[in-house]
Amino acid sequence: MVSPLGNTVEDTWSGILAGTSGAAPIETFDVSAFSTRFAATVKDFDPTPYMAAKEARKMDVFLQFGMVAAIQAVENSALEVNDENAPRIGACIGSGMGGIAEIEKNAMLIAEKGPRRVSPFFVPGAIINMVAGNISIKYGMKGPNLSTTTACTTGTHAVGLGLRAIQYGDADVMVCGGAEMVTTPVGLGGFCAARALSTRNDDPQTASRPWDRDRDGFVLGEGAGVLVLEEYEHARARGATILAELSGFGMSGDAHHMTSPPEDGAGAALSMRNALNDAGLEPGNVQYINAHGTSTPLGDKAEIQAVRSVFGDNVDGLAVSSTKSMTGHLLGAAGAIEAIFSVLAIRDQVAPPTINLENPDETCGGVNLVPGEAQEMAIDAVLSNSFGFGGTNGSLIFKRI
Amino acid sequence: MSSIEERVKKIVAEQLGVKEEDVKPEASFVEDLGADSLDTVELVMALEEEFETEIPDEEAEKITTVQLAIDYIKENLG
Repeated sequence: MVSPLGNTVEDTWSGILAGTSGAAPIETFDVSAFSTRFAATVKDFDPTPYMAAKEARKMDVFLQFGMVAAIQAVENSALEVNDENAPRIGACIGSGMGGIAEIEKNAMLIAEKGPRRVSPFFVPGAIINMVAGNISIKYGMKGPNLSTTTACTTGTHAVGLGLRAIQYGDADVMVCGGAEMVTTPVGLGGFCAARALSTRNDDPQTASRPWDRDRDGFVLGEGAGVLVLEEYEHARARGATILAELSGFGMSGDAHHMTSPPEDGAGAALSMRNALNDAGLEPGNVQYINAHGTSTPLGDKAEIQAVRSVFGDNVDGLAVSSTKSMTGHLLGAAGAIEAIFSVLAIRDQVAPPTINLENPDETCGGVNLVPGEAQEMAIDAVLSNSFGFGGTNGSLIFKRI
Repeated sequence: MSSIEERVKKIVAEQLGVKEEDVKPEASFVEDLGADSLDTVELVMALEEEFETEIPDEEAEKITTVQLAIDYIKENLG
């Protein structure tokens, strides 16, 4: 994992449990004319322990983030790819927007110097499926090689479709996740123009405040998360460390509006119900929800409405938190890092906090939003939500083994 | 000002991620220095940038070794 809280899973997870914000002023380009001038940025990132500088130069930063996260995941899994198992090992790693930085750079080059100055590595260095492509090349993984691009649900869909590839019998192992880096003039400008971002420029670290009355938009994040999914008997046979079971996946579409959810969160509710059905679980079997919770006025409210409609009276025993209060919103990587947080919540039996939640929205009464500090609790099953522009929804359920 | 030889060698080393001492005149970009077809395109672009010239594609295809690059630059920038 590469995140605004650290460039490994363990560093990020310590930051999460300590309730740390990853937001900071943007210093990589002149932001003085932008309405939002901060983001949850990745710090001290160096790809060269993982790849030669020459290779890194051919990749947009989102690909570098994705590759580093994927290499870490494969190494942590102790998976050995060999001639025999290679055709059964695949990858499904997506991105919401892809190589925006490289697109901008090459567009400027064309404008200034003409088309001959476009790099031959521009296309393979910017397109969305190249984390999956490059990781397969590095390790010789010859199974399904896929990418999702469903806005902020990309990471969740990548993990879910990886699960389906294994369930359907296309692969025994799928390396799944998402990567994103759009902290660039065009990326930031686009989200500013859509009025999607918090403008709390005087205090970035309190800007991401899901369900708080004073929330005013999400905080742009960047980074990557990658998980190794493996068929259970295959994992047992090689003595792999199994952290959790991915037991359910649900999807839905809002069919409502380009960027806003319906007030009642009907699409989100359908996605959660589909995941519960897929897992064969009742609402009462889930103890923790890692919410989409981006800190937007409409989205946060709709998600709580959806949770209420699905969980009914079971809401009382449920913890619902948004790790985006700390990481910011990693867009196409969000679902992937949050899937990892869901697994770690099960491993460590702890619900991560929602920070900056000082005055909960009046619609959140009676819901344990884990304000301020992590809560140790018994967790057998976690549901992780992602919802994206276009009204695309996805939910994953992880269970304790 | 460095000589043309030195400048070409420096660019080849940077672009292909190899040590300057390995960039011998007879070295082939693809066979000795590990370049692929996209690397060679980018290398020619870097030479164009450094020497502020344009190398036509049909000429670029013939530049396959360090010495051929040096010769081309010398002949065309004379």
